[in-house]
Amino acid sequence: MKLPIYLDYSATTPVDPRVAEKMIPWLTEHFGNPASRSHAYGWEAEHAVENAREEVAKLVGADAKDIIWTSGATESNNLAIKGAAHFYASTKGKHIVTVTTEHKAVLDTVKELERQGFEATYIVPQENGLITPEQFAAALRPDTVVASVMAVNNEIGVIQPIAELGEICREKGVIFHVDAAQATGKMPIDLNTLKVDLMSFSAHKTYGPKGVGALYVRRKPRIRLEAQMHGGGHERGLRSGTLATHQIVGMGEAFRLARIEMTAENERIRMLRDRLLKGFQDIEEIYVNGDITERVPHNLNVSFNYVEGESLIMAIKDIAVSSGSACTSASLEPSYVLRALGRSDELAHSSIRFTLGRFTTEQDVDFTIKLLHEKIGKLRELSPLWDMFKEGIDLNTVQWAAH
Amino acid sequence: MFAPVYFDHNATTPLAPRVLEAMLPYLTQQYGNASSRHEYGRAARRAIDEARQQVAAAVGAHPTEVIFTSGGSEANNLFIKGVTGLLPKGVIAISAIEHPCVREPAKQLARAGWRLRELAVNADCRITSTDFSVALAEQPALISIMLANNETGVIQDVAQWAVQASGTLKKSASAWFHVDAVQAFGRVPLDFRMLNAAGVHALTLSAHKIGGPKGAGALVLDKRVALQPLIAGGGHERGLRSGTENVAAIVGFGVAAELAVTDLQTKATALSAMRRLLEEGLSQLGAYIFAAQVERLPNTSYFAFADMDGETLVGRLDRAGFAVAAGAACSSANPSPSHVLLAMGIAPELARGAVRVSLGVQNTQHQVHDFLAVLKQTLSELQKMKHSPQGNTEFITTAQARMQAHLPRDNDVATLN
Repeated sequence: MKLPIYLDYSATTPVDPRVAEKMIPWLTEHFGNPASRSHAYGWEAEHAVENAREEVAKLVGADAKDIIWTSGATESNNLAIKGAAHFYASTKGKHIVTVTTEHKAVLDTVKELERQGFEATYIVPQENGLITPEQFAAALRPDTVVASVMAVNNEIGVIQPIAELGEICREKGVIFHVDAAQATGKMPIDLNTLKVDLMSFSAHKTYGPKGVGALYVRRKPRIRLEAQMHGGGHERGLRSGTLATHQIVGMGEAFRLARIEMTAENERIRMLRDRLLKGFQDIEEIYVNGDITERVPHNLNVSFNYVEGESLIMAIKDIAVSSGSACTSASLEPSYVLRALGRSDELAHSSIRFTLGRFTTEQDVDFTIKLLHEKIGKLRELSPLWDMFKEGIDLNTVQWAAH
Repeated sequence: MFAPVYFDHNATTPLAPRVLEAMLPYLTQQYGNASSRHEYGRAARRAIDEARQQVAAAVGAHPTEVIFTSGGSEANNLFIKGVTGLLPKGVIAISAIEHPCVREPAKQLARAGWRLRELAVNADCRITSTDFSVALAEQPALISIMLANNETGVIQDVAQWAVQASGTLKKSASAWFHVDAVQAFGRVPLDFRMLNAAGVHALTLSAHKIGGPKGAGALVLDKRVALQPLIAGGGHERGLRSGTENVAAIVGFGVAAELAVTDLQTKATALSAMRRLLEEGLSQLGAYIFAAQVERLPNTSYFAFADMDGETLVGRLDRAGFAVAAGAACSSANPSPSHVLLAMGIAPELARGAVRVSLGVQNTQHQVHDFLAVLKQTLSELQKMKHSPQGNTEFITTAQARMQAHLPRDNDVATLN
């Protein structure tokens, strides 16, 4: 068994070897610039780019013409939100609706717009991480121009009711953007039926390469955007810059594989995830973060109470996971997602996100269960807080001496 | 596949084998997200750090001055919009021959209330001292001049212009000086320390023009310059460029940068020799060679034949096995001539005939000989056709057919990459 075991598939995934194989010829002999119009090197590259566009569109029930290539979901989110907000500000208004548990790529973009004079409403989800259609409808105003809600949360894996939210937006004439970076290959997406106007995708969360993503821009009814990157007028003028053929081919192949394999794969991964959860259930004082039903099958986010976050991460070095502890970001704040759900700082700090994937085995899961039992036990043995809890002292009533 | 001889290295370059070798492990094995704290993430972070050092070393910059982007277009957009976003509206000066990824952001600023001042060039594609001085008197807040032009290959003396700009402009005015070095990098020596001392504040680089992968570029930035990010969210690259790092491409960029500046002089000499051979032959065939008398990139030759349509010629050359570029935009039925040639004062009829050959180190003198033979043959065929009773009913070339097939697409790419 190769250590550390990778259980961080929501941070990024390996490129599937079948995808890598498809990419390599576009790095070597077929190296042309897809924008070159005067020779075969350019044409074959352009052809490959268009094939990939078809594949990306097929996975999400879209028309290939609706797909714009970007450098990744962060750029897609920026282009969608800023592009629509700027284009429609004068006709629709300058109010934006989003959710406190969105990815930074959305939150920071909205903050930037606020600095430019837009107003924003941030919906606080319920304790299970979900927002309700009622909450959403109440947040919309007559001057709301864009609403942005992620399909799947990156930390806790909960699935927001985007079909219902889309209906509300369409009815009220609000442009609806959905960050689907964590959703592709994890749940069915059908843009033929969803009332979504803009949707962001990433390749590297779905076994494709880093450095490429896409933005779905609906044409019927037509959504217009102000470009964020100007130049040669690539991608319908919405995103200029030489297209990275090999990366685009990789995204196309990754999305094709996801379309063909996702049903069976998700069943297998769900069983592994459930096995993991079951394996933890005899550990006292654990809390699953986020709704367990409305959730993608590969995510398990658990807080281990009475364990210090940083020590826990150090203790479980043999598995590669993310934690809600400060160490995952430059700031000292614990996970803002878990805080938004109403978790205490302590529980947010001691949370671990396990995300399973295509190459996770039963042995990996069993190893993890055993490791966590062992390490949680050890850490709690050393913890005075755990002793106090066992003695029945309510820690919230303890008066701590100040130093 | 029958592989045509590739003479279009200013559009993109083949990947150096060592670059591919360096990249592959970061796709399937070392696939961590560089922001992750575990070993997979740390390995990715180390790889990016090393690439940053390689790129910095190749252009004489400090690693902390290198901001990775998705490519040259993004780096140019980032600087132009990033700087102006924090300044009161004023004048932005760019040369008349800039790439669209400088021109278009500048035009966007003009729509938003900035005044766009184009710096004129002479018939040799060089910025003139007279016009530059006049432009400086208008106190531009930002000046952008490309080091080497993608079409003609002509090199501007950016250090001289930067010295003049920093000497003339009021101390109070923050005139930032930007240089798009995408085409120059790896073909002529580049020293950011020296340029920075002269008054250049930022350089744009691209990986795929130097034997690296598409999808990676960099803005080399003087840290005194305040910049607004183009892409927000997560705070990567010192907060100036958010988004999960494209580790494999960045690693490839690093190795390509290192290789590009290795034996640069030897490679330049070989390229110059090939080009001399090419241009001697072209002259014998009666070509007009643009900017032939001034300092150019050693690999680039840009020429036209009187009364000979560039599109037709490149289409024929393609079928004969040579991949070159035409100077006219092919996005309309009536191709508009290159804005670069028009800025040089070249007559539109001659500009419509423009053909660009851009050589690479893999090319050989033998290939140049073959090319000249094919060109001679093609020219005489086209001449014959022109004087035949059918007149202008030249059948459509493969290239033209392709181009016309693209017509319905809106906003098509209308430039030489």
